[in-house]
Amino acid sequence: MPPLSIILWLPLGSALVGAAVSLLGRRAGVVEVAEIPPGETSASGAWPIRLSASGGFALLGTLAALGLAIAYIADYSPGSHGLTHVTDVVWIAELGIHYKLGIDGLNVFLVGLTTLLFAAAVLAANLREWDRPPLFYFNFMLAESAVLGALLAQDLALFVAFFDLMLIPFYFLVGVWGNEPGRVRATIKLVIYTLVGSLLMLAAAVATGVLAAQHGGHITFVLSSLQHLPLSRGSQEWIFLFFAAAFLVKMPAFPLHGWMPDGYKAMPIEVLMVFSGVLSKVGAYGFLRIVLPLYPQAAAHFQTLMLVIALASIVYGSVVAFTQTDARLIAGYSSIAQLGFITLGIFSLNPQGAQGALLQMVNHGLVVAPLLFIVALLAQRSGGSEDVREMGGIAFRAPVLATIFLIVALATLAMPGSSNFVGEFLILLGVFKAKLVIAIIAFSGVVLASVYALRLFIRSMHNRVGPRVQSREISVRDGLVLVPIVSVILFMALYPQLALRRSERSVKAAVATAHTDATRHVESLASVPPEQTVGVKELR
Amino acid sequence: MTPILATAHLKGPHVDFAGLSPLIALLGGAVLALMVGLIRSRFVRSQVVPALSLAALAAAAGLSIWQWNEHKSIVSGALRIDDLSLVLNLILVTGAALAVLLAWRSLAAREAAHGEFHALLLSSVAGMSLLAAAQNTVALFVGIELLSIPLYVLCASELRREHSLESGLKYLIVGAVGSATLLYGLAMIYGATGATDFAAIANALSRGSLASDPLTLTGVALCVVGLGFKASVAPFHQWTPDVYEGAPTPVTAFMAVATKVAAFGVFLRFFDVALISVQDDWGPALAVLATITIVVGNVGALGQSSLKRMLAYSSVAQAGYMLAGVVVATQLGVRATVFYLAVYVFMNMAAFAVVVARERETTFGDSLQGLRGLGRERPLLAWPMTISMLALAGIPATAGFTGKFYLIDAAVSGGYTWLGVVIVIGSMISLGYYLPVIAAIWMRSAPAGEAGASSRGALETPGGGEGLPALAGGSPELDEGALAARPAANGPQPEVLLVGLVAGAAAIFFGIVPQPLFELVHHAGSALTGLF
Repeated sequence: MPPLSIILWLPLGSALVGAAVSLLGRRAGVVEVAEIPPGETSASGAWPIRLSASGGFALLGTLAALGLAIAYIADYSPGSHGLTHVTDVVWIAELGIHYKLGIDGLNVFLVGLTTLLFAAAVLAANLREWDRPPLFYFNFMLAESAVLGALLAQDLALFVAFFDLMLIPFYFLVGVWGNEPGRVRATIKLVIYTLVGSLLMLAAAVATGVLAAQHGGHITFVLSSLQHLPLSRGSQEWIFLFFAAAFLVKMPAFPLHGWMPDGYKAMPIEVLMVFSGVLSKVGAYGFLRIVLPLYPQAAAHFQTLMLVIALASIVYGSVVAFTQTDARLIAGYSSIAQLGFITLGIFSLNPQGAQGALLQMVNHGLVVAPLLFIVALLAQRSGGSEDVREMGGIAFRAPVLATIFLIVALATLAMPGSSNFVGEFLILLGVFKAKLVIAIIAFSGVVLASVYALRLFIRSMHNRVGPRVQSREISVRDGLVLVPIVSVILFMALYPQLALRRSERSVKAAVATAHTDATRHVESLASVPPEQTVGVKELR
Repeated sequence: MTPILATAHLKGPHVDFAGLSPLIALLGGAVLALMVGLIRSRFVRSQVVPALSLAALAAAAGLSIWQWNEHKSIVSGALRIDDLSLVLNLILVTGAALAVLLAWRSLAAREAAHGEFHALLLSSVAGMSLLAAAQNTVALFVGIELLSIPLYVLCASELRREHSLESGLKYLIVGAVGSATLLYGLAMIYGATGATDFAAIANALSRGSLASDPLTLTGVALCVVGLGFKASVAPFHQWTPDVYEGAPTPVTAFMAVATKVAAFGVFLRFFDVALISVQDDWGPALAVLATITIVVGNVGALGQSSLKRMLAYSSVAQAGYMLAGVVVATQLGVRATVFYLAVYVFMNMAAFAVVVARERETTFGDSLQGLRGLGRERPLLAWPMTISMLALAGIPATAGFTGKFYLIDAAVSGGYTWLGVVIVIGSMISLGYYLPVIAAIWMRSAPAGEAGASSRGALETPGGGEGLPALAGGSPELDEGALAARPAANGPQPEVLLVGLVAGAAAIFFGIVPQPLFELVHHAGSALTGLF
């Protein structure tokens, strides 16, 4: 297998090559951008996709990355212990920062998801004309490299760097190519919200490294070394809160979702597909990769708080999702609810819940990206409006589109038989073991999900035909974007064990310390004051 | 025994010319520039003089590198040549060279006569270099004055522009107050300890009960205030925005970058060497000042429409970050501060280069409006500005991120975790003014017809125009009437572009490959042997 650096930098490299080719071509006088009036491109169902030089190279890069990711998934055996394909180079010796990448059960499927969704989104982007394509694809591919970097990083500082970097291309993608009105305002709101969280995380990460080194020894940020240098409980708690703020904003979770409506409305749909499908997962992934292994005591301490936040997200997201009429926002608020489930699973602090959460991360990415793309297709058929009241009856002449949409909608509402069902089932199982009351309330979220998902489907595809609706079948080019993702949804529905078995060991390892701490926490509440037990632990 | 003594007596004081050579190069260059500036030929004045001053700076840099690893005291212990002073020299000289390039075609240099302009600039650099090596309070004060007085004049060097004169006068008055306060403080410390030498002061303070002596403490407090004026540390920063805005932009760039390097050089030497034993007294006080500086600088920069004012407040905020490295008084802190100073030069120079270019091309002066649509029209200017803003905000993959990481690391290791959090909170606020600049560049279209027309006009007019350009001084109330004024008719400015691109590239390069800079800084930190 090639080293992980290749899959990590391949997208960015391909974009740079594409930009260079297109700039050289322009200098040589070759007009590469064909003049097509905007809007007509997707309407014509013509087969050949017109690729700009930069778009073509970006597509090549993402497809190659997807190929590599599939190879890594195939290569990863369920019995593997710890990290595989490790790359470990000292990056900044003075600060103990390593350029360490690795794959294990926690990230292997998320890497697959990321490359799949980026490939689909870049393909979708190639169906449209963009202003200044080299710049557009440069940002798009920088985003992919940064997300992959955050997923693969096995060094805390490297993770933080990629996590922060991730946002910058989106700042440009939304700000330059976003939808009016409110493009620039939405962008600044989005970036400030998310970077505020990320910067707090920066302080927390530095503190982790420094405080861990105070036990003696050289400063290091390598995750596996940090795990052996536990922090005192007081430090863990404030550091935990800083990290949680960063991750919860990114997801977004209920009280921290203020950027979401404007941001979702302003993003071009191709960008939104990856933003909603992938970036939110990096936040949830951060809990599993960083927070639970490094700050287990704090995770146990704040378990109830996090579960309540998750629950609030589920209920709030679901309720708002079925009062919205903007189809994009229905998807947006449903994401809040879905990520609430994921948080719930992670903070059940037991292996079943966390495994369900991991599976659900992949599932949610797989359903939300096609859902958003379908929203764009629906808008093309309803006179450009993304309001469900303007839609209706679109299924009339579009049985294939309706079928694909139905599959996606049923997966969204976690229909038994879908992989989402397995994920939510495991999550709720985990929470049942941890906190019974919360699990019972969380069940309402499952019911609510079917309400908003079916409402979106029925109001757009069935019902009375909307005022400006012109139903037509999905074009081959749009189908190329959707069909691969939908087939992966179906595959996962048939065979969720693929992900479950491969992630089992890693998830167990990630949750183990926090799990024991949580159980001890409960016991100690009953018998001894918690400070005392901690003191004993530190003496050892 | 006697004959040796006799000959030593006859030889007079030993002058280590090798150690002094960077200073000599700078001051010699200043004299030479002044002389050559008297030649009538316009070519010589406008092209040879700046080339000469670049040569002098290059010589100073070369001589500093030649003195590497020398570790010695010169001028009977008044100056110390060690890795810290040499590294600071290199940073200073880099900043000054970039500023000379920015000033090459500037109105300021033309109006102040090229010879004088560059001679003043070089002597100011000499003052900074002196300051970075100062080992006693006398050398410290001489350095501060040698640095400041040429700057007062340089600020006012656009003789016919009111704002420039105002800026010079304001700086003179505030600077004089700062110098006087500092001098008072130094005198009190001398009174308390009976020494002017840093090492002797440190000795005296560590021995007796002087540490809690009111005279010492007042002296230290006055020194903090005096140096605070120079480094624009809040609440002694009020002059900064006005002076930065009014001064000719190349001079602003020089001030923003080089003065900060020199001021922090002296902070490190004075507080982390001379006053190290009373660190418990000034540490918390400086930490509070750093917090105030970070908050005031970042909040002040919000909503500024003049780029130079914004950069002024941003430089106040950055001074606050760097102060954190001084506060902790550890080797790590010294290294982090010097590292940040180095990357700070590049980050700011990239931004100032773009401001200079846009001032000459458009009628918007340094207003944020002048950047609109830059991404489409002038990508080579847009990128350095974008990189600079991202780096100043501390985004990963830029040197600003590494620098901030290092500073937070130093703060947390030094027991000032809360100060690390304050740095982070400051960075958050700073997004509120760095990001709109990027938004203006990439996400807004150029004001109708204006920028495009003027830059085209600029290309059509070869050579430097004679008329006074309509520099509006970046007043936010720049009205549409300014459109009637003639845009600055300058030719293409390859040297400004070069500064922008080099500085921008360096800001990215040291973000991704920081190791060379770390090694340089490592030596600098080891120079202060008294620290952990």
